[in-house]
Amino acid sequence: MTYGFVALYIFMLAAFTGYEVISRVPSILHTPLMSGSNFIHGVVLVGAMISLGTATTPLGRTIGFIAVILAVANAVGGWVTTERMLAMFKTSRDQNK
Amino acid sequence: MTLVHWLIQAAYFIAAVLFIVGLKRMSSPRTARKGFYAAGAGMLLAVVVTFFLPGVGGATNLILIFIALGAGGVVAWISGRRVQMTAMPQMVALYNGMGGGAAAAIAAKELIYGGEPGAGAIVLAVVGALIGAVSFSGSVVAFTKLQGWFSALRFRGQNFFNAGVLAAAALFAALAIIYPGNGGVLFIFFLVALVLGIAATVPVGGADMPVLISLYNAMTGLAVAFEGYVLGNPAMIIAGMIVGASGSLLTWLMAKAMNRSLANVLFAGFGETEVAGEVEGSLKPIDAGDAAAMMGYANHVIIVPGYGMAVAQAQHKVWEFVKLLRDHGVKVSFAIHPVAGRMPGHMNVLLAEAGVPYDLIHDLEEINEEFATADVALVIGANDVVNPAARTNKSSPIYGMPILNADKADNCIVVKRGKGRGFAGVENELFFRDNTRMLYGDAQDVAAQLIQSAKELLG
Repeated sequence: MTYGFVALYIFMLAAFTGYEVISRVPSILHTPLMSGSNFIHGVVLVGAMISLGTATTPLGRTIGFIAVILAVANAVGGWVTTERMLAMFKTSRDQNK
Repeated sequence: MTLVHWLIQAAYFIAAVLFIVGLKRMSSPRTARKGFYAAGAGMLLAVVVTFFLPGVGGATNLILIFIALGAGGVVAWISGRRVQMTAMPQMVALYNGMGGGAAAAIAAKELIYGGEPGAGAIVLAVVGALIGAVSFSGSVVAFTKLQGWFSALRFRGQNFFNAGVLAAAALFAALAIIYPGNGGVLFIFFLVALVLGIAATVPVGGADMPVLISLYNAMTGLAVAFEGYVLGNPAMIIAGMIVGASGSLLTWLMAKAMNRSLANVLFAGFGETEVAGEVEGSLKPIDAGDAAAMMGYANHVIIVPGYGMAVAQAQHKVWEFVKLLRDHGVKVSFAIHPVAGRMPGHMNVLLAEAGVPYDLIHDLEEINEEFATADVALVIGANDVVNPAARTNKSSPIYGMPILNADKADNCIVVKRGKGRGFAGVENELFFRDNTRMLYGDAQDVAAQLIQSAKELLG
């Protein structure tokens, strides 16, 4: 029961954090940010690895395997796309260097 | 708590801190990249320590993990590297869907093999599975639509049909909670959840896709957080919840920028209604030479890019033209509407790709006053975001949406492929005004002609 309530507090505090962090972002960064948060929920890979790593049956392994493939695609794809976008942002000053 | 276990939990904690710091630093263009690397370091740390988690192991499982990591990672890496910047929105949608699918798969395995995890965990596992599965199939459909493989599909009674699917999904979710571990119930539950994602996405029009992608992004975050609870993994809870909250806010901001509610986006079918009302006046064409001259001898030109520029991949040519104007002493600014393109900030990314410094690029609020003093507003492949009907015509589907005041500039040049209407299916009276000239053609060709003329004229 304590775990449930501690988790509830974590849920609440993380939700506020996410809200606060985003509310000050200029719209120029909205797309990289959406892509970046897409990368961050790629942490589902950790769960997918736990899922496959603790599997004991063929079906469990199959599901876990699918989970890891999907999750790593989320994490790696999110990384590559965001990285490419952010690499492009320069100011006039940077260009004149 | 053994030392290893302690170290692992400490690593998850550090990862969570890095995610938050990273996202925070991404809120400024100057620190965005460093912030993103911080989040990347957090991810790497979280993934590496997971190998040492008690219970994770066995030769077969480890081999399978490495195969899956390699296969999925390589495919995602290559596809992410190769994709055109214009196609970025659908790639983000696709990768996001993968995350939702992974969360649903984790839930499936826990629900089948999880034993007796307690009522709270079962409820969150099922709800997370539903959200994740909808995000998965919905994102895949969104991807295919943005790729242009399908367009919005609507049929009579669609909302009733969708409501039925939603009810069925809720019913089987309840059954999956009441009878945990029942294979048959779970199978149907997942099937219905996947159908729900498809059914919800199919009717949404192209202009609304960014809102939907953002919504699915938030949903995946939420699903990840819920499955994190089920697995007892705080890094997943925190990262997932942050994305869930920030993604929801972003979705709301986007819907607000279009002056529409989320329900409206999901159920109303923007642009499907035929709007009556003829516009007075005629379309007056201009050729590239005259247009280049008009801008070459202007003091201030404001460029309004839209999806037409993205489709034509014209951003590089446009920037080349702008550089010629700037060399000639013309002040040039870019005005970006919040929903221009297919994602918020989509135009910013494309212009950045072409090398446009971001201090020339302005938001709607920043620049809207300046149109009144600008000599020329150059609208490239944008339509609804400059339609004055949004200010005046109450029967218009875009009524109330804030627009860029291109019509307030002394002159307006509109680059457009043909005489068709925008996504909203509304005639644009801006095009018919006395001080508006139409420059017909593919945005990239037009930009090339403008460069050519500008070189002859100003060179």
